[in-house]
Amino acid sequence: MMKMILTGNESAAWGARLSRPKVIAAYPITPQTSIIETIAAFIANGEMDARYIRVESEHSAMAACIAAQNTGVRTFTATSAHGLALMHEVLIWASGARLPIVMSVVNRAMAPPWSVWTDQLDTMAERDSGWIQLYTQNNQEVLDSIIMSYKIAEKHNILLPSMVIEDAFILSHTAEAVDIPDQRKVDDFLGEYEPAFKLDPEDPAGFGSLIMPEGPYMEFRYKMALAMEDAKKEIRKVVDEYNETFGRDYQPFIEEYRTEDADAVLLVLGTIGSTAKDVVDRMREKGKKVGVARVRYFRPFPTEDIRALAKKVDMIGVADRSYSFGPGADLFAETRSVLYKHTDIPVKNYVMGLGGRDITPAILEKVFDDMLSVAKEGVADKEIEWVGLHGDERWST
Amino acid sequence: MRKLTIPEEEHMLPGHTACLGCGATIAMRYVLKALGKNTVLSIPACCWAVIPGVYPHRALNVPLLYTAFEVTGAAISGIREALDALGKEDVNVVGFAGDGGTADIGLQALSAAMERGHNVFYIMYDNEAYMNTGIQRSGSTPPGAWTTTTPGGKKRMYKWEPKKSVAEIMVAHNIPYVATATIAYPEDMIAKLRRAKEIKGPKFIQIFSPCPTGWRHPPDKTVEVSRLAVQTNAFPLYEVVNGKYRITVKPKNPKPIKEYLKLQGRFRHLTEEEIARIQEYVNENWKALLKKERCSQED
Repeated sequence: MMKMILTGNESAAWGARLSRPKVIAAYPITPQTSIIETIAAFIANGEMDARYIRVESEHSAMAACIAAQNTGVRTFTATSAHGLALMHEVLIWASGARLPIVMSVVNRAMAPPWSVWTDQLDTMAERDSGWIQLYTQNNQEVLDSIIMSYKIAEKHNILLPSMVIEDAFILSHTAEAVDIPDQRKVDDFLGEYEPAFKLDPEDPAGFGSLIMPEGPYMEFRYKMALAMEDAKKEIRKVVDEYNETFGRDYQPFIEEYRTEDADAVLLVLGTIGSTAKDVVDRMREKGKKVGVARVRYFRPFPTEDIRALAKKVDMIGVADRSYSFGPGADLFAETRSVLYKHTDIPVKNYVMGLGGRDITPAILEKVFDDMLSVAKEGVADKEIEWVGLHGDERWST
Repeated sequence: MRKLTIPEEEHMLPGHTACLGCGATIAMRYVLKALGKNTVLSIPACCWAVIPGVYPHRALNVPLLYTAFEVTGAAISGIREALDALGKEDVNVVGFAGDGGTADIGLQALSAAMERGHNVFYIMYDNEAYMNTGIQRSGSTPPGAWTTTTPGGKKRMYKWEPKKSVAEIMVAHNIPYVATATIAYPEDMIAKLRRAKEIKGPKFIQIFSPCPTGWRHPPDKTVEVSRLAVQTNAFPLYEVVNGKYRITVKPKNPKPIKEYLKLQGRFRHLTEEEIARIQEYVNENWKALLKKERCSQED
C-alpha cells in the first residue's frame, strides 16, 4: 500500500493512469487543467503508456475519444463547465454509440459572469446525455471511482460512458492523503479492454448510419434505458468487489450518515456531504435528530434508495448547488418525483453555494433547524428556498 | 495488351443512394480504388452520410465511422492514434468530408489535426455548397453562384465573395502533401493518392466534385463540367509536396470561363459584365498559382 498527498485532480490523473487507457485527448480549462498536465508528465516520464492527443477544443477532445474508443481502445479525457457544454453534441454521440469512455469533470460555474468556482449546473445540464454520472466527496473517491467506472461502463450489457465528477477547488486543488492501489491488483480487477465492436478492415462495418423512423432508432434508445437500469445492478456488484479487493467501504448509491433514527435528512451531492456530516454530529450533541444522505450516482438515479430513505424519516431537505429554472433544482425535482405516491412527508429544496459561494457549517446548521421545523409542522412553508442571498437576514450567519 | 490505368479493385458496392450523375460518388470510388481495402473511413454529416444507404445497408466495403458535422479532423486523429496503439500502422485512415464540413464548420478540427501531424488522409469532396441540406452557400461556393441562401432576388443577392481556398490554407500548415484533383482526370487523381500514400504524415486532397442537383446541369454533363473547370482554370489541378508546387494539368490554351459557366443553371443569371469580372478573378488566381509554382521550385 502506498499513500501519497494528492489533490483531487492529481487523484483523477492517478485513477486514469492505473486504468491504462491507450488514448488520451486533452484540452485545458480551469480548474481541470492539472489533470491533463499530470497525465502529460506521467507519459513524458514513461510512467504511463498512452497516445496523448493535444486537441484544439473540448468538442474535439470528445470526438477524438469517440473515434479512438470505436477503434477498439480504452480512452480518457477531462473537462469542466464551458468545456463540457461545448462537448454537449458529442456527449450524446458517445452514449448513443455505446462507447464506454470515462471522463473526469470538475464542477465549475457557467458564465456570465465569469466564475471558475464550484457549481453543479455544468453536469446537471448534461443529465440527459446518456452518461453515467457519479459525484464524489474526497480525493480517494475520485481515484477509486475512475477505476470502478471503467469496469462498470465496459460491461457489455452496459456500454455507457461515465463521468466522474469532483467539485472545483474544494477537491480539485485541495491535497489530502490518498491510497494508491497496487497496479497489478488494478490490472487484475479491470482486465484487458474487450471492445464489443470496432472499426476493423478485416471485418468492415459501419457505425452511426442513417436510419428511418420505422428503423430501430427507438429500440436503440430503449436499449440504452435498459442499460442504465442494468447499471444499477453492476454498480452494486463492482462497488462490492472493489471494497473487498482494495479495502474500502463505499456504499453504492447513497452514503447515509446518522439517518437511522433521524427526523430530518438532508440529501446532498459532492463535498457538501463532508461539511454536513460534521454539522450533524454537532447537532446530535444538542439532541437534534438530523442526518445526511450523500447521493453518489445521479445517473442512474437511485430511485429505490431514495424511496427507502423516505420511509425512515419525517422530512427530506434537498441541497442543490445549481438551479434549473423548472420546478426546483435538479436533485430536488427528481427526488420529489420519485417520492410521488410513495410518501406524504414534506420535501424542501435548499439552493445554495452557487458560483462557489462557501457553504459553511453555520449555514448548514440553520438549514437543519429549518428542516426540523418543517418536519414538526408536517408541511414545508415553501418548496424552494434560496439560502444565503445577499441581504437576506434569515440566512445571515 | 495495355495496362489498366485505373485499379480494377472495387470497394464501393452497387446500390448507393446518390443523385444521378453525382460527382462525389465517383470521387469516393476512385479514392477507394487507389487506397485499397486496408482503409478506415470517417464521414461527417454531408451527402456521403446518406449515399452509403439506410441502415442496415451500406454501399461501402470498408469500415466506416459516421460522425458529427465538425469533427472529421478530430475523428481521424482518434482513429489513427488508436490504430497505432494497437500496432496497426499500415491501415489508411481517411476523413471524407464535404466543403461545408471542411471549409466552414470543420475547419478548426481540420487545422488542428493537420498541425499535429497525424498520419492521415483528409479528403474534401468539393461540391461548392451545402448540397445535402439542399444547396446552401458555403465558404467554398464560387463567386457568382446562385444557392438557396444566395437566391438572387431583386437585389441580385448571389454569392459574390471569392471561394475560400482550403488547399492554400493547408499549404500554410506546412504539411507534407496537399493536392487538388477532379473526377474528369482519374489518372491524375489516382497518381496523387498513391503519391500521398507513400508519405507518412497529414495529407490533404481537395476533389472538385460537380453536383448536377445543386449546380443545375444535366446528370450526364458531370464529367464535362469537371473537365471544363480545369480547362478554363476555374479549378486548377496541382500538388504541393513539402512546400513545392507542381501544376499537374496545364491547359495550353485555357478556354473562356463562359464555356464552363454556361453549362450550369447556378450561373444562368450572370450578365456579360459579371462574367468578365469572374474571368478576371480566374485569371488572377491562375497567375498567382503559376507564380507559386515558379517561386517554390527555385532554390
